[in-house]
Amino acid sequence: MAVTKTEPINGSTTKSSAPPLPSMPLKSDLLSILSLKSLRLKTKQQELLIRVSILCLVYVLAFITRLFSVLRYESMIHEFDPYFNYRTTLFLTQKGFYEFWNWFDSESWYPLGRIIGGTLYPGLMVTAAMMYWGLRFLRFAVHIREVCVLTAPFFASNTTLVAYFFGKEIWDTGAGLVAAVLIAICPGYISRSVAGSYDNEGVAIFALLLTFYLFVKAVNTGSLAWGLASAFGYFYMVSAWGGYVFIINLIPLYVLALLITGRYSMRLYVAYNCMYVLGMLLAMQIRFVGFQHVQSGEHMAAMGVFFLMQVFYFLDWVKHLLNDKKLFEAFLRITVTCAVGVGSIALGVGTASGYISPWSGRFYSLLDPTYAKDHIPIIASVSEHQPTAWSSFMFDFHILLFLFPAGLYFCFKRLSDATIFIVMYGLTSMYFAGVMVRLILVATPAVCLISAIAVSATIKNLTMLLRTKSKVSQTGSTKGTGGGKTSSKAMLDQSQPFQRNGAIALLFGAFYLLSRYAIHCTWVTSEAYSSPSIVLAARGAHGNRVIFDDYREAYYWLRQNTPPDAKVMSWWDYGYQITAMGNRTVIVDNNTWNNTHIATVGRAMSSYEDEAYEIMRSLDVDYVLVVFGGVTGYSSDDINKFLWMVRIGGGVFPVIKEPDYLVNGEYRVDKGAAPKMLNCLMIWNSDLVTSYPHQNHNDLRTYKSIWMYKLSYYRFGELMTEYGKPPGYDRARGVEIGNKDIKLEHLEEAFTTSNWIVRIYKVKPPNNRW
Amino acid sequence: MLSPVLHRHCHLFLVTGRSEDSRGLGSFQDMARSISMEAAGLTLPFLILTFLTISAASSTNQIQILNAERRIDLSSHIVKVFLTLKVENVMTAPASEIVLAFPPAQADHLALVKAQAAIGKKKKKSYVHLDVNPTELPDAPNGTKYFSISLLNPLSSGETATLEVLYILTHSLEPFPAEISQSESQLVYFRDSALILSPYHVKQQTTFLKTPSTKVESFTRVEPTKFAGRELKYGPYEDHPPYSFSPVIVHLENNSPFAVVEELLREVEISHWGNIQITEHYKLVHAGAQHKGVFSRVEYQSRPSFSGTSSFKHLLASLPPRVHSVYYRDDIGNISSSHLRSDYRKSELEIEPRYPLFGGWKATFVIGYGLPLEDFLFESPDGKRYLNFSFGCPLAETVVDKLTIKVGLLLLIICFHDAVVVLPEGSKDPSAAVPFPVEQRLETKYSYLDVVGRTVLVLEKKNAVPEHITPFQVYYTFKPIFMLAEPLMLASVFFLFFVACLAYLHNDLSIRK
Repeated sequence: MAVTKTEPINGSTTKSSAPPLPSMPLKSDLLSILSLKSLRLKTKQQELLIRVSILCLVYVLAFITRLFSVLRYESMIHEFDPYFNYRTTLFLTQKGFYEFWNWFDSESWYPLGRIIGGTLYPGLMVTAAMMYWGLRFLRFAVHIREVCVLTAPFFASNTTLVAYFFGKEIWDTGAGLVAAVLIAICPGYISRSVAGSYDNEGVAIFALLLTFYLFVKAVNTGSLAWGLASAFGYFYMVSAWGGYVFIINLIPLYVLALLITGRYSMRLYVAYNCMYVLGMLLAMQIRFVGFQHVQSGEHMAAMGVFFLMQVFYFLDWVKHLLNDKKLFEAFLRITVTCAVGVGSIALGVGTASGYISPWSGRFYSLLDPTYAKDHIPIIASVSEHQPTAWSSFMFDFHILLFLFPAGLYFCFKRLSDATIFIVMYGLTSMYFAGVMVRLILVATPAVCLISAIAVSATIKNLTMLLRTKSKVSQTGSTKGTGGGKTSSKAMLDQSQPFQRNGAIALLFGAFYLLSRYAIHCTWVTSEAYSSPSIVLAARGAHGNRVIFDDYREAYYWLRQNTPPDAKVMSWWDYGYQITAMGNRTVIVDNNTWNNTHIATVGRAMSSYEDEAYEIMRSLDVDYVLVVFGGVTGYSSDDINKFLWMVRIGGGVFPVIKEPDYLVNGEYRVDKGAAPKMLNCLMIWNSDLVTSYPHQNHNDLRTYKSIWMYKLSYYRFGELMTEYGKPPGYDRARGVEIGNKDIKLEHLEEAFTTSNWIVRIYKVKPPNNRW
Repeated sequence: MLSPVLHRHCHLFLVTGRSEDSRGLGSFQDMARSISMEAAGLTLPFLILTFLTISAASSTNQIQILNAERRIDLSSHIVKVFLTLKVENVMTAPASEIVLAFPPAQADHLALVKAQAAIGKKKKKSYVHLDVNPTELPDAPNGTKYFSISLLNPLSSGETATLEVLYILTHSLEPFPAEISQSESQLVYFRDSALILSPYHVKQQTTFLKTPSTKVESFTRVEPTKFAGRELKYGPYEDHPPYSFSPVIVHLENNSPFAVVEELLREVEISHWGNIQITEHYKLVHAGAQHKGVFSRVEYQSRPSFSGTSSFKHLLASLPPRVHSVYYRDDIGNISSSHLRSDYRKSELEIEPRYPLFGGWKATFVIGYGLPLEDFLFESPDGKRYLNFSFGCPLAETVVDKLTIKVGLLLLIICFHDAVVVLPEGSKDPSAAVPFPVEQRLETKYSYLDVVGRTVLVLEKKNAVPEHITPFQVYYTFKPIFMLAEPLMLASVFFLFFVACLAYLHNDLSIRK
């Protein structure tokens, strides 16, 4: 549509260039190509050229804006989970697919081990390995790390293309282009797809949007081919991310909505059945998913809708056969009652007999935000599972937050199967984004698409207003006849006063907003989302950049200077990094599949040294690793995570009681800390953004400290951290620690990094009895 | 404490006994005496063990050493020995070579032997480099290893000559105690003989040992022995027959960094587009006394002079001038602690491993840099090109156990491949000229956009020390036309891509109509 609108402007050039006749013979066509004249493009060609070049630019932009992290830091893997993905990818490229598929990893979850092949979504690793092998085949001597680092940006670029086609499908090419631009730089998406963020989400958002686009295309066309394509898109999504559950619930919901609103059609029937049946069969090939599509409560909605579709089809057929309306209504009533009855009985029997598993905790926690907090502390303890704050909506969406409702308005104004889909996608994902911070990611494509509709429709309306004016005035001036003037006058009369100026002002406003959006996105990307979190950067006293590379220092020390079969105990956050960078066996890691095991570690961290030692002996631990920010003021350390260890440990072992570690409901580490606290093993660990008030400085009390406290603050009392403060001043908490005289009985300090962020202790063998 | 020492001597003596059947009894008695005396606290009186060779070759009788002065530098973990010999031909036949003898234990750790002769009198003195080659003598006692120095002019009867010999020993300081804690300083044993092992009669000899500090725990006395300041003097000893040997042990403090590169792989990749890319893979280890027990960061940070004195955290690599794109990283990413200082003569890269290295701690890392081609690649008169590059490890004061240099010849490959496989003309082969013996072989490597692969010349050397940093040359032939192969390939791919786009667009339009 945008094509046809652009024509009048370029009308003069179009006319002058002779369009080659379709019936022209090939020779003359070639001649006309060769002639200078034919270098001038026709309007359609011009439009295509502009569109393609915009898309190319957007493609490049989406890629390079995600390279801030490489420029600021280096080409490295970020965060926690990506290290596991990187390690498995490395294994895949070195050992081949079958080894990978049958991999039993004895380096994690000691002494349980983990069946890697059966407990991961292999899509990401296989994708990266394919790209790696492809590049190698083309003789590009790249390292697998570079491929992994750039996988997310590459897929983000591809997502912009899908967004363009999706926008084109639901609205028009203009909306598609705007959607591509918006999604290319939207911080909500960038947060999970910067270079180095080698996580499932990186490819999953592409797969998600691709599946939706192909499904909408299938619904719009009723074509079996598009249905098949969407089934394969769904398969890719299933192989890449657990978030596929969103697809398998949203699509049935959408189909149900169409059925209820009376939009049932043969196109829908073909698209859904093809996508569901094939998608389900394909998804079963992923070992981690297995038969969940027919056995798990989370997937039952799709199956229910599948049967409902058959009932609809049957009814349609019967209606076609029966001409009697009354008879049909009676038949309809009976059939619907029977179908619903049979369905609910089957569901009931399935659930009761245990064939259909009930909804999982994660699913519940999505539907009920308070569920995790009460029942599964391990899910609640992850910062990215916290409910979203308003500020982060603003931070991640910026103007899209206001454009989103406007886009919804446009969608409702021009309701079609496609717009209904995008509306449902937008609304449901916005709800989920509100429940969990990380799900902002899922909402981002919908928000971008709907906002793109708003932007595109608004700007198109405004420019159309301007265009008609200018066209009229142009024609008026060129013709110079009375008739022309009257017609333009008539046009002017119809419009409101100052319409033209108003349109110009609004256009400028829109451009201003969009440019603010671009500035905001760039700023957010460079400032907030490009930190690898392995390497910490800070500003020194003279404005120079100070790098804290303590994590890698510690992991590399482990890798080089400990026995290859050493077992390292740490809080689960660091498990993946220790196995990937330190190459040592860990007790627990970020794949939180065994709550009891994690709780055991939590219990060890929150007990006295003797008890902790018993637990460590039973787990065969050689080294203990804690993260401590007291020297640098790094706040996400183990002491700040400590309450979660207590909670998770207490969830399984009731011996651990949270109130024991609190004083008047406050968590503190100074002299006024809880007696048990000062005596415990761990003192400070990291993933949660939590802050604890420290106000009162009570009298000195000496106690046995819990283990975590000891590990974090061992010999910290001798260190001056800040000028003008007493030794042992904890900069992360802003207090002087309560127990400075810490003696370790069963452990010895094995290594402490240069800024004390990571401390490693060696577990001594038991004392000789003689 | 003494047992390792005794064992070693026992072994030596047993071998002696077996090799000399006729005098076996006497030797065994000597041995027994020496053991008992050493066990009594290393207060050995002057003791000489003579290894008389009955069928001494005429060449060994021919020469006599008038005066030998040996200076052993123990200040780092690389032991440097400077030997000044004044030799005389006592026979009538002219002698063309002088033989140096080394006990087998020392020979294994011998990294380098160099010799030079002093020519001219006092003020006009100049030195001429002499060739040194390992040789065998027919009647070598106890596995003694020999190196022969070829003289410039054969020594005629009664003539004397002064030779200066430098040899370098690695892994010759044994930490004792073998494990130390963070606050202790490192003590090492150095074993040698107070008398110079030589197949010749030595008239007068003196040995000086230079210690890194004044702290020496103990040393074997072989009178006259004197210890003053940082110097331990053995001798002068008069008139000792060939193969005289008198073991001594010095137990001294040595806190210099025992930086040993267990394996170093240097990849030199030549691009005729104007760049030489060097990639060096290091496996570094602190080969001193093993670190024991606690590593306390508080101690290390607050008392650097007492804590971890034998550890090290910096290393200095001297790179060629005009070096660019330097990086320093390891398996898990960039190591952010390094500084590059460069001027027009040299570049110095100060690298800091991720953590300080205590005894037994390891670190692996990679250093890479680029160099301008014109500084290192030249054309020889016969039309061949040759690379002139320095052998050895650029890290200062390090021993390299195994050094491999791979010279990848960028873009030569196609040409070489043809030369080697299709047209096997020896003259076209890449060949290396290295001033000391190395192992050589050829490999093929595939890099960016290679179709045929690049010829890689591999040079391998064991036990390399900083003195091995000498230039070596690699000769090869190359046709410049092959430089264009890859750009042309890329250009044609892009051309085809655009042609395809063009075709698609035109088809697209015709379909719509």
